[in-house]
Amino acid sequence: MSGSTLVRPTAVTGEEQLQRYTFVERAYHWINAIAYTYLLLTGLALFTPILYWLAYVMGGPGTMRWLHPWVGLVYAFTIWWMHGKWKRDMKAIPQDEQWNKNVKAYIQHHDEVMPPQERFNAGQKQFWWIMFYCTFILLVTGIIMWFPERIPREIHWLLPITVFIHSATALITIAAFIVHVYMSIWVTPGSTKAMIEGNVSVSWARTHHRLWYERITGRKG
Amino acid sequence: MSNGLLEIKAISGHRGGTPGKGVSRDYDVCKLVDTTTCIGCKACEVACLEWNGYEFRETTFDNTYQTMPETAWNFWNLIKFNEVETDNGLQWLMRKDQCMHCEEPGCLIACPADGAIVQYTNGIVDFNQANCIGCQYCVTGCPFNIPKFNAATKKVYKCTLCSDRVGAGLEPACIKSCPTGCLHFGSKEDMLALANKRSDQLKRETSHKNAGVYDPDGVGGTHVIYVLHDKDKPEQYGGLPKDPRVPFFVKMWKGPLKWLGGVGMIAGVFGVFMHYVRYGPKEVDKQEEVKR
Repeated sequence: MSGSTLVRPTAVTGEEQLQRYTFVERAYHWINAIAYTYLLLTGLALFTPILYWLAYVMGGPGTMRWLHPWVGLVYAFTIWWMHGKWKRDMKAIPQDEQWNKNVKAYIQHHDEVMPPQERFNAGQKQFWWIMFYCTFILLVTGIIMWFPERIPREIHWLLPITVFIHSATALITIAAFIVHVYMSIWVTPGSTKAMIEGNVSVSWARTHHRLWYERITGRKG
Repeated sequence: MSNGLLEIKAISGHRGGTPGKGVSRDYDVCKLVDTTTCIGCKACEVACLEWNGYEFRETTFDNTYQTMPETAWNFWNLIKFNEVETDNGLQWLMRKDQCMHCEEPGCLIACPADGAIVQYTNGIVDFNQANCIGCQYCVTGCPFNIPKFNAATKKVYKCTLCSDRVGAGLEPACIKSCPTGCLHFGSKEDMLALANKRSDQLKRETSHKNAGVYDPDGVGGTHVIYVLHDKDKPEQYGGLPKDPRVPFFVKMWKGPLKWLGGVGMIAGVFGVFMHYVRYGPKEVDKQEEVKR
């Protein structure tokens, strides 16, 4: 499992690079990210009058109402695809327990007490599973909200609960989304580059994902 | 009514009272439907279609006199027929079903589209299709199953209480067409007085000892009220809800959740920004030289 995952040194640092995400993984991630952003902005327009102006930015209120469910399908499909691709990487490993216990130290950058992590650390796994299950809930409630005229009158009492759950679940994903974007752009420099260009430096991999680094390079330490 | 639209309620930078305030009577409009004198002739159904410019649509025959099971996007006024067994024999109930024009309109509370639903000071709740986006949250909020979606235009429609006629000082089309005088139109105060008078008369002079007025408190009262033979059994008039309310989850969603969500999102963004200010980014450990 070595050699082939090592790619060219970058011109700037000359440091060895490791492929972190394949092109297809990156493509799915960004289709998903663009879809989520559209859903977020149009969803917020529908959520509160203060942000209804977003509806005009997002193609106009009528268009937005038409497009939101379709983009939702794209979003759900890419989540489903990523699940197929990453579910093994997202499984908990024994070290995750200690990671979760020391999450406060992680937040405060006392990374010396953090256990070594695999391709994704325990926090990323949490983020993934929050998004995965929330997407499932959003999809089911969203389909009901897509065609309320098809819902039989006898179960119309479901509609208010459905809308409430859809909004509440979306808010949970927004909380996760804020942390995700913040972490990847500001807290761990190199993450965004990894998701765009696909590569990380060897020292980045060793620092953040020691077990993954050891596994794919076949090196120790 | 037409004067009422331009009546001044308050004046900026003005000391003292508001001149003219209270000179003309403030009033809410109201329809009174006396179910005890409705004969089910459906003149109001036809008048509604004619005034609002809809062609008579396909009907559904389900072994009753009812034109169709429920109101439609282009059929806002429907007489509901129901047969009920009572101690005194069979009772044939007819009720004119239409938008109730709630004082606390669930449709308006649930609607996300700016200006798609308005409530006038006279109590009329009106849809403005130009601003409607077709999300049907109004359907979610309505306890009376009134707003109806048109799949072709992707907009929702319902009874306007003939706001166009009322604005011009006319009574609604349904009222004008009623041959028995079972439909009345006027101020809420006057209609309530008339309704109470009628229900007292029913209690005094007929066997309907439990007659009463339907003006549900759960939605703050309505601008369409009924006189019922039995005020405790509104359900038997083709599903008139006993205690209609704006659904609990609609209130939670448009109240606490909206508030909590807004504050939470701002706090979240500010929170991560403060984290960066306090802790900054994680360093990549480059000290240990990578063994080749």
